Amino acid sequence: MPSNKSVSDAPIIQFHNCRILKDHKLRREDLWIREGKILNPEKLFFDEKGSADVQIDCKERIIAPGYIDVQINGGYGYDFSLETDNVNCGISVVAKKLLSTGVTSFCPTIITSPIEVYQKVLPRLALRDSQPAHGSALLVGVHLEGPFISEQKKGAHLSQNIRSYKARGFQDLLDVYGSLDNVSIVTLAPEMERSEEVTGELVRRGIRVSLGHSIASLSQAEAAVKQGATFITHLFNAMLPFHHRDPGIVGLLTSDQIPDGQIMFYGLIADGIHTNPAALRIAHRAHPSGLVLVTDAVAAMGLPTGQHTLGQQIIHIDEELHAYVAGTKTLCGSIATMDFCVRHFWRATGCSVEAALEAASLHPAQLLGIDSVKGQLEYGMDADMLLLDDELNVKATYITQQQQYMSCSELS
Amino acid sequence: MKLIILDNYSMTSEWAAKYIRNRIIEFSPGPEKYFTLGLPTGSTPLGCYKKLIEYYKNGDLSFKYVKTFNMDEYVGLPRDHPESYHSFMWNNFFKHVDILAENAYILDGNAPDLKAECDLFEAKIKAAGGIELFLGGIGPDGHIAFNEPGSSLVSRTRVKTLAVDTILANARFFDSDLSKVPTMALTVGVGTVMEAAEVMILITGAHKAFALYKAIEEGVNHMWTVSAFQQHPRTIFVCDEDATLELRVKTVKYFKGLLHVHNQLVEPLRSMKQDASVKKTYSD
Repeated sequence: MPSNKSVSDAPIIQFHNCRILKDHKLRREDLWIREGKILNPEKLFFDEKGSADVQIDCKERIIAPGYIDVQINGGYGYDFSLETDNVNCGISVVAKKLLSTGVTSFCPTIITSPIEVYQKVLPRLALRDSQPAHGSALLVGVHLEGPFISEQKKGAHLSQNIRSYKARGFQDLLDVYGSLDNVSIVTLAPEMERSEEVTGELVRRGIRVSLGHSIASLSQAEAAVKQGATFITHLFNAMLPFHHRDPGIVGLLTSDQIPDGQIMFYGLIADGIHTNPAALRIAHRAHPSGLVLVTDAVAAMGLPTGQHTLGQQIIHIDEELHAYVAGTKTLCGSIATMDFCVRHFWRATGCSVEAALEAASLHPAQLLGIDSVKGQLEYGMDADMLLLDDELNVKATYITQQQQYMSCSELS
Repeated sequence: MKLIILDNYSMTSEWAAKYIRNRIIEFSPGPEKYFTLGLPTGSTPLGCYKKLIEYYKNGDLSFKYVKTFNMDEYVGLPRDHPESYHSFMWNNFFKHVDILAENAYILDGNAPDLKAECDLFEAKIKAAGGIELFLGGIGPDGHIAFNEPGSSLVSRTRVKTLAVDTILANARFFDSDLSKVPTMALTVGVGTVMEAAEVMILITGAHKAFALYKAIEEGVNHMWTVSAFQQHPRTIFVCDEDATLELRVKTVKYFKGLLHVHNQLVEPLRSMKQDASVKKTYSD
């Protein structure tokens, strides 16, 4: 008998012959889905006397929660910081194409930009209205990376756009951003004057504060954490290098000043370029539960080599897939996809498959506070999920149970 | 009575599973004709369930036209408690095979009217045409299902208070906290199991040796409820060497000498794949 009609008419899909990531382990279990949510098959069996309407043979594949990228500047030729008039178009193209990289939710990231960009772009990214069309990765809030950052650690951000909130604190920040309605993460430099009050106010408004593009000492970073900062933007990049007398922001990984019950999360760009494999291992071994893989991908992700735009400037992609500010040797964001980062991180650190997958799913979901609906395959959660082979190549991507992407090899 | 004596636990599990497999296939169940199987919980039948699952996964056996009736369930334990017999059956058997939910009957220990629930269970067994094969295990005190020592040998499905021995033995499943162990259960009666067309009882381990002795070498006695099956026309005891420690050498030798005859029940091993192809050849 198919699904019990008294409960729901929606078809029940049973994925079998697979290993699913559950309770931090790959388990040989079937995965059941109805109405885009993960179903408890035991309840279905005993309460509803129901069974699956459709059975899908996964051929020994791994089923993992969809990846969540909390730092992505653009891709496939679109730059979220540049498409001021047409940002929704860029978002929808990227959102669709991201599925092939295993990403099912993302935070479009706006780098340090002129005020007009914030004022124009942010209102267009209302979470309620601007969700890309059916069959795309989901927007889970904007990540504003700057402009309240350190001149000394600006990276590829432009000096003329960097600002401070020295004069009026939080009001200065509001004046620049306009509205915070659609924002989920703000990256700022905690050593800047009045950072503590700004951090505290952002956290009160439900926004995650991330520390980065900064020359903060460990004590300055810890002060921000006490105000509620919970994230570090691309660890090791755009911050003071680790020094044993003052480990700076990096020191937060093993700080004893993190409030009880709170996890200090940190982004890592595991693209094989921005962070040396030894540094990936140091971070992973020191603080595995806070590790969040991010792509920090720029518009050139998914594009061929050559000249591309990032914010207000021109960048160059060389044959080895390094992305530089054109004419310099300054790295300006990655062009690696999330699935590549997961594989690279897994191989480079020798961590378990489970740890690699959770660094791109559970941890970012926890950071964003959406881990009760996404980032795990628990009963009742959104059925955003990936079919992966044993090398962690993405074979298919499902969003709320609809298959939205399938790799070519899987079609044959 | 048949007594099958095998070297160890895994061989007894496999023998029992093969027997069930052959019995189901020979019955040739279909939409008009369900095979009814009585099932136990506990550690003894686990190996047998694993084998049955293996047969299903290999395509040799299907439970699509099998109805199952479980022996017992705790009273008042939430259904989704990991130690409930619902959870046991789901995790160790049902979720791995193609049995339909509507054909898997387990007593509801949380029913508002427990007596009515027990009567209904008996009625369901009757409606299904009685039980073709009842698989069972026993406790060291010789209880079958939750028919503790002293239970009537003609008892039917009912509420039963557990013996202290059983509660103590179960404590390990409830954080070794006696206050958490259920003290009552719903259970089929000895009479209910006696009405099955055939009964197969698994007994393994030295700690059950005395119970096996009481079951087959002494008289029928309600203090060893499993001994009731001496009066059943078709009972098979499947045990390992350890469980025979209290039996007379004569008994053991007699049944071991018969093993090659009894093995004909599981050899050749039938397969639904094979049966399908055989039928096809003939019908063509």
